[in-house]
Amino acid sequence: MKRFSLGRIVLAVFGTVVLLYLILPVLIIVPMSFSSARFLTFPPPSLSLRWYQEYVGNPAWMQATRVTLTVAGLTVLIATPVGVAAAYAITNSSLRIMRLIHLTLMLPLVVPIIIIAVGVFFVFASVGLTATLSGLVLANVMLGLPYVITSVVAGLQSFDATQEMVARSLGMNRFRSFFIVTLPQIKASVLTGAIFAFISALDETVVGLFISGGQYQPLTKRMFTSLRDEIDPTIAAISTLMTATSFILVLLASTRRKKSA
Amino acid sequence: MLALVSPALLVILALLLLPVGWLMWQSIYHDGFTIENYRRIFSEDIYWRSFLLTFRISLLVTLLALLLGYPLAYAAASVSKGWSILILSLVILPFWTSVLVRSYAWLALLQRTGVVNRMLQYFGLVDEPLALVHNTLGTVIATVHILLPFMVLPLYATMQKIPGELIQAGASLGGSPSYTFWRIFLPLSLPGVLAGATLVFVLCLGFYITPELLGGGRTVLVSQLVSRNVELYDQWGAASAVGVLLLAGVFAIFVVVSRFIPLDRVVGQK
Repeated sequence: MKRFSLGRIVLAVFGTVVLLYLILPVLIIVPMSFSSARFLTFPPPSLSLRWYQEYVGNPAWMQATRVTLTVAGLTVLIATPVGVAAAYAITNSSLRIMRLIHLTLMLPLVVPIIIIAVGVFFVFASVGLTATLSGLVLANVMLGLPYVITSVVAGLQSFDATQEMVARSLGMNRFRSFFIVTLPQIKASVLTGAIFAFISALDETVVGLFISGGQYQPLTKRMFTSLRDEIDPTIAAISTLMTATSFILVLLASTRRKKSA
Repeated sequence: MLALVSPALLVILALLLLPVGWLMWQSIYHDGFTIENYRRIFSEDIYWRSFLLTFRISLLVTLLALLLGYPLAYAAASVSKGWSILILSLVILPFWTSVLVRSYAWLALLQRTGVVNRMLQYFGLVDEPLALVHNTLGTVIATVHILLPFMVLPLYATMQKIPGELIQAGASLGGSPSYTFWRIFLPLSLPGVLAGATLVFVLCLGFYITPELLGGGRTVLVSQLVSRNVELYDQWGAASAVGVLLLAGVFAIFVVVSRFIPLDRVVGQK
């Protein structure tokens, strides 16, 4: 198996090309964001922080950034406890209906996002939740829940449930035994789920496009609308910052996961 | 236990099932029951053409993702652990980059004065810049890029579980490497192919941001049809009907696929 045959060389070359196709477009925005040119050229004529200054100096971009960070933060604060409770129930219940409930909770991953966006928009429009912060947070909690649940269910499945039973047999109630015995041991999976819910809220575009408005427009909506008109290099700067944030958070999540394994 | 799961269930009920139900209701009810919205989809060109185009593009994207993803997953499953972690990390990192950002990157790469056209001209391969974006081609290039991880990850998960002893046994009985691949490895990897292909196809059916930014208005996919009916024409009934048909298509695919492989292999790859 290990010898170098023609087949293996072809495979290695092909695999490398596919990996470059995956990675290069993500990386190319970084040099573009540091370009001094008004129009997107590559390689950039000279380096500058011009587009970063444009971003930081623009009140509209800053307001959108505040909205996005607030929404993502609140989403994590709500989705994490709700998701952990659901994951605990899913793994510890012998009820038959739990399988169906689990599947239902995963639905946001499979229903096409445009249908969710339009449906939520119709509902929000009739209860007055469009163009509000709470509307954005609610929608993102729903979209982020599957990530928390998937991660925590995996964490709970690899956790030895008898430990919690021991704690309860020694007189702790279910609530305390969960917080003192179980939670510390699954906290890596909880953190991973929370991080993915945060990234999901950070990146969410389509639902926000429909339900947000006024002063509560997330960053992605402003980016999308300005991309429709013209290619503004400020977006390269914002994209670089967003990608860097996601990368750091994913790395954080994966190192945490390794430690707990 | 039901009490613990109820907040999550409430969120999904209020923000997913209710909106989808609302959509279904609105597609058949407007001052009385009507099938007008559905009749229009089947009788008006622009509607069924859009469905057909979406179906064809999704099929093409799935096929391309399989052609690119299978060898990559195979490589990741057959190299040493360190290498396979590196390959998988490179697959997962773009996965967690915003779809909007990646579509933007492709826009910058493929436009007339973009990197790709400049390179082609620099090396004298073309005289005039190619029209790589604001058309179907640009949409396909970027969509395959964005959905490729959804193909590679389930493929890898399946391939990694294929016992190496089986291939060795085949080889020791005189099977050539290509024979053992086609007759042993490939058939055993088919559940992964099905899981990945389903995921990519279904996600592609509902893709919105990428075709909207890279399609240049000429390629109108089903998702764009929904949004245009809401945003431009204020036709909520028509938008709902298109949405309901799209959803029905997606669920029909899941039902068929679930007869062959358990659905939790398809969903929850992220």
